[in-house]
Amino acid sequence: MAIEWYLVLSALLFGIGFAGVMIRRNPVVILLCLELMLSAGALAFLAFSRMLGNQDAQVMVLIVLVVAACEVVVGLGLVVAMFRRRLPLNVDEMKELEG
Amino acid sequence: MSAATWAWLVLLFPLLGSLVIGFGFRVLSTRTAGLLGIGAVAVAFFCGIGALVAIQGEPSDSRYVASSLWEYAAVGNFKIDLGIYVDPLSVYMVMVVTGVSTLIHIYSYSYMKSDVGYHRFFSYLNFFVFSMLVLVLAGNFILLTVGWALVGFASYALISFWYRRQTATDAGMKAFVINVLGDVGLYLAAILIFSQLGSVDYETVFARAPEVFTTNEWTIVAICLLLMVGAFAKSAQMPLHTWLADAMEGPTPVSSLIHAATMVTAGVYLIARTHPLFDLAPTAADISALVGVITLLVAGTIAIAVTDLKRIIAYSTMSQIGYMIVGVSIGAYSAGLFHLMTHAFFKALLFMAAGSIIAAMANMQNIDRMKGFGKAMPFTAAMLVIGALALAAFPTTSGWFSKDEIIDYASFRGGIYGLMATAMLIGAFLTAIYSFRIVFRILPGPPCDEAQHLIDTGEVVHGKPVNPHTLEPEDTDVGYPGSEHHIAEQALGMKIGMSVLGFLALVGGVLQIPGVDEVVFNFLEPTFADSELSHIHPSTSESWLGLGKGAAISVAGLILVWFLYMKRPAIPPALVRRLPHVHALLVNKWYFDELYDFLIVNPVKGLGRFFNEFIESDLINGLTRGTVYLVRTAGAGVREIQTGLLRSYAVLMLFGVVAIGLYFLIRSI
Repeated sequence: MAIEWYLVLSALLFGIGFAGVMIRRNPVVILLCLELMLSAGALAFLAFSRMLGNQDAQVMVLIVLVVAACEVVVGLGLVVAMFRRRLPLNVDEMKELEG
Repeated sequence: MSAATWAWLVLLFPLLGSLVIGFGFRVLSTRTAGLLGIGAVAVAFFCGIGALVAIQGEPSDSRYVASSLWEYAAVGNFKIDLGIYVDPLSVYMVMVVTGVSTLIHIYSYSYMKSDVGYHRFFSYLNFFVFSMLVLVLAGNFILLTVGWALVGFASYALISFWYRRQTATDAGMKAFVINVLGDVGLYLAAILIFSQLGSVDYETVFARAPEVFTTNEWTIVAICLLLMVGAFAKSAQMPLHTWLADAMEGPTPVSSLIHAATMVTAGVYLIARTHPLFDLAPTAADISALVGVITLLVAGTIAIAVTDLKRIIAYSTMSQIGYMIVGVSIGAYSAGLFHLMTHAFFKALLFMAAGSIIAAMANMQNIDRMKGFGKAMPFTAAMLVIGALALAAFPTTSGWFSKDEIIDYASFRGGIYGLMATAMLIGAFLTAIYSFRIVFRILPGPPCDEAQHLIDTGEVVHGKPVNPHTLEPEDTDVGYPGSEHHIAEQALGMKIGMSVLGFLALVGGVLQIPGVDEVVFNFLEPTFADSELSHIHPSTSESWLGLGKGAAISVAGLILVWFLYMKRPAIPPALVRRLPHVHALLVNKWYFDELYDFLIVNPVKGLGRFFNEFIESDLINGLTRGTVYLVRTAGAGVREIQTGLLRSYAVLMLFGVVAIGLYFLIRSI
């Protein structure tokens, strides 16, 4: 299979993820969409690795997975904290840091 | 024990006293602190006697000891020892300083009894004695400057002792600034000496100077002129004299000890100590003598006109130091130093008597208001008369022998010195006038209110505390004597101090009767043996002739002033009315303060204001304010981006990353 298919899929996933981050206001969904974007990047890495016959990118993917796991931990922690304080689960209303 | 060991002990005790009183002020009672202060100086005096005996035991050509505790600093071939130099001159000064200090400490013990700053006072006073002893015992020019500066600080601290009094702190600052000017002269002289002679030790410098310098070479003249700047600032000679009259703001024992008997004579000591250098620079020595003559005349005329009791005595101090400066500058070393000693006696005595009267006047110092104290305070009056007699060089008093010896020597050397002798005789006439002006205005006549109060009730007046100069009311919280006053008639310590000094002022002259004993001359002879000038000696008959002349002038002045103030008391006010300009000139101290204000103080103040108002507020503040404005405006622009909306950040970040990616992509093509 040509590499283009993988890259198109990756771009699509990234676009969907980004659109989700842009459109949705629920932090949980935004986190899911971020995961999607990270996975798109990982997929592109794997495709290139396969094309070049080089294993280096596999390491990058592992790192991306670890980062993604960490990010989810922090992100969900924040969500739980927001929930506990009975704050609205809406990122647009959390804008106290505006200039 | 050797003389050097005694000298180290002399230094040790006042320092210990100062530290113990200064740090132990919470523990020590006032009585103990005072006794400790007296004890420290008295022990130093007895150690001084030890040094005197030890040094007299040596053969006369080896009567000097240089001793060093440790090396103070060593850079290359520049070595400074923490060393002292003990010879007849320094032992003489130690005796005068510690002896008079002991008596003044005893006086202060009673005089300052009600002062809240009693511990502080004795700590400062002992510190002063220590500094002064460092000054006279120093074995090299570096340690000399250390003592010189410490003495200046002690003087500052004691003038400003009543630190709530604005005039006192101002006077302290003035004294300190002018003294520092002198310090700078001394430092420069020390640097020049080191650069020319490669050493700062007295022995080496004085031994090497005649080999290196030819007579009147410009370098040696410059060194001597710089030394003179130091000497004149410390000894209140023209044109650096203005601080001394203001220094009378300090407590009276301070005026007595520092600004009459000891510190102000440091300049005389300096010139006597560096006489081998002045012998090589006769021009500088002549200038110094000339300054002394001018000072003694100018100060004498001022003392005739001013009405502040302590200031009259202060100007007479300047005048008498003028005599000493002339003495040591023209080669009459022993005469100048003898006058230093007798002056310490009678001037300290005069100040003590003045302090007693001022206390009885509830701190008023204006002699216009004083009358009839002869009846109210007989003991003080007697002491005042003795002091005035000695100051006026009345025959057989100590001042007669010492002052006229200087004049004799000057007229014996002839030439320009003969002229100086004539000027000094005029000065002696002025001295007789102003010293008995004090006596005749204060003692006789119907008692003034304060004196009458003292006669009636046996107690001194407790007026409201006011500043004696500005008459502004003062608080008695901290640093002020309070409403309690002590007078010699009622305080034993003051009586002891004054009687001993009175005795010495009367009979101190027997030490140096021409042709009879000449103790001072013989004692100091080893120090000055290397100077040719010290071998010039008027014959005994000439000396007695000079003494006769001095006596005639002194008595003439006395009769004149008796006539003016007792017989025809209308004449002095009439004179003032007839010659208003002359009187204004004298009362305003020849406008020296105004001149300095105009030439130096006001321009410097103006410069300060300019820097404050323009450089500081416009330039520096403008720079900082401009920076703040710039950053704030830029911040206001950027702040708009910070919406706080998470999703807009995400978009911006994406765009940013895409933009960077595109940039590198395009570059790589």
